Amino acid sequence: MRDVAVIGVGIIPFGRRDEDSLLDMLAYSSLKALDDAGLGEKGVDALYVANMGAGILQHQTAIASALADRLSLLPCSADTVENGPASGASAIKNGVLAIASGYYDTVLVAGGEKMREVVGWKATDFVATLTHPQVEYPYGITLPGMAGMLARLYMEKYGLTEEQLIAVSLKNQRMGSLNPYSHVEMMITKEGIHDHRDAIVNNPMAADPLHLYDMCPVSDGAAAVMLCALEKASQFTSNVPVVVAGFGQATDTHTLQERDDPTELKAVTLAAQQAFARAGLTPQDVDVAELHDAFTILEIVESERVGFFKTGEGGKAAERGETALGGKIPINMSGGLKARGHPVGATGVAQVVDIVFQLRHALPEGRQVKNAKVGFTLNFGGFGNNIVSFVLRRAE
Amino acid sequence: MTVDMELEAVLRAPELEMPPYPPKVITLANSKKMVVRPIKREDVPTLLKVVRPTLDIPRDYYDIVGARLYAELLGWYRYRVRNEYCLIGQVDGFVVGMVNGRMWDQNIGISLHTLAIDRGLHVGAHLFASKMEYHIEHLGQQEVWITAESPIGFRRWMIEYGLIKQEGVQHELGGATSYKLTRDLYFETKPRLVAGVRPVPQELLDQAMQSILIASEAEVTEKICGVKGR
Repeated sequence: MRDVAVIGVGIIPFGRRDEDSLLDMLAYSSLKALDDAGLGEKGVDALYVANMGAGILQHQTAIASALADRLSLLPCSADTVENGPASGASAIKNGVLAIASGYYDTVLVAGGEKMREVVGWKATDFVATLTHPQVEYPYGITLPGMAGMLARLYMEKYGLTEEQLIAVSLKNQRMGSLNPYSHVEMMITKEGIHDHRDAIVNNPMAADPLHLYDMCPVSDGAAAVMLCALEKASQFTSNVPVVVAGFGQATDTHTLQERDDPTELKAVTLAAQQAFARAGLTPQDVDVAELHDAFTILEIVESERVGFFKTGEGGKAAERGETALGGKIPINMSGGLKARGHPVGATGVAQVVDIVFQLRHALPEGRQVKNAKVGFTLNFGGFGNNIVSFVLRRAE
Repeated sequence: MTVDMELEAVLRAPELEMPPYPPKVITLANSKKMVVRPIKREDVPTLLKVVRPTLDIPRDYYDIVGARLYAELLGWYRYRVRNEYCLIGQVDGFVVGMVNGRMWDQNIGISLHTLAIDRGLHVGAHLFASKMEYHIEHLGQQEVWITAESPIGFRRWMIEYGLIKQEGVQHELGGATSYKLTRDLYFETKPRLVAGVRPVPQELLDQAMQSILIASEAEVTEKICGVKGR
């Protein structure tokens, strides 16, 4: 198996992009990644495109074939990868395997989603199509509903508090306000969303006990990474290569009701363990992480399950500032899904893009984790039933 | 403009007595204090300057809301619309949004338009709630008739308040479906939708009353569409 490096990254501002089609967004981010990697007019061996819902939302399928043509990458191989909200990381994983095996040398991975073409509740319904079609979806369950139940269970079992959830929300909105690619650039305060009596209108209950500001926005956006065999990276670019030191992927039951303990999120633990084992590193070696905070509760639970904190300690750590810049393990310095946004197909790719920025030491003060050498990402599919994680390392 | 007051007396609509809306202050999600207060007729020309840029913004139907609001405010200023009022939201003196409406008669209020200049902070929702508060609690009306011209308005008013659909009734803004808020429905929804504190601290009120500050046309467009048009 060969080492694989990320040699180019591209991302466009997430948010509401009325003027761009899904293909436009994928093309913009891909061109940035190709340019960043110094590929110039050279082609790529393969293209993987992560997308969850163009077939439903845009009535368009075979996105990878269309993008290969749009980018003049013909006759490269091209595949669309759909793995729910973990599509992005799944697509990168496939690219990594293709290069590690020796079959391809250069692979472009792009992820994108255009979700703002429909109203909010239709977007929520679209994402809910990943739930079980017989025993969950018909009863009206949505992802916010599942996250609400997880948060309530966590409160009862581990004493999680609203203040701890708010700590995540405030941190990620603050970081998002510093990220030029972020969907939500607005600062909020604890007074405005919790303490003051007017907060009941500013931050209404969405899925008990989660409020509006516990949720990620519905976003349009795209991101791309250029992968290459590490041994060939210097042929293309002088960028510091970021090595994919390890990945992990694990699945769990489709329905929540079949899990012995729904708070356990076994697949998160397994995917992280695999990634760390492959990398020969531990959670304590990680300098910066991007976790899948579609809901504030997820960042807290994931931070425990991947090994950054003991079970039941993630919320307290967030409240103490241990996950903020300068803390024990800075999490979601991009603003996370909560503020950068969550165009589902793009998210897993965007997480890797942000970690690459960190490991290149390319971010401005206020977002850059000093001297970061090892990064970690976790892309959460389904409601914890398909998880993909990466350990990334700065090549010295 | 020369005005023939004899003829003007015929053209001007007679007005009902309307007690003024008592100002209040709302704390927004970013902790900024938004003073909600009524404007006077003579403030209208200033306010029109902040509405005018929206006429060119099709996003989220700002153009139609802006065009109609512009005409309604001008109509009030020129004494061609009776029993109209306008409430504005001000942060640090700057207008961040406005709502208007009028009394149809003593019992029925008409909700006209809601325009948020600063977005993402529930400014429109807060101002709409203030408008409902004015009709029900201060004008003492039995119901308010409401229609929506944008999907955001529909979600905020019809769904969040659970407004009552009025079959066979036309709102004066046109033939779109008409809904109403009754006194019972207002008091039922008030705890979760109506915010604000009275009295407004004197310093804040003085700042708001001193002058109505407005953003430039470019700034208004940027506030509505976002820096990157998103």
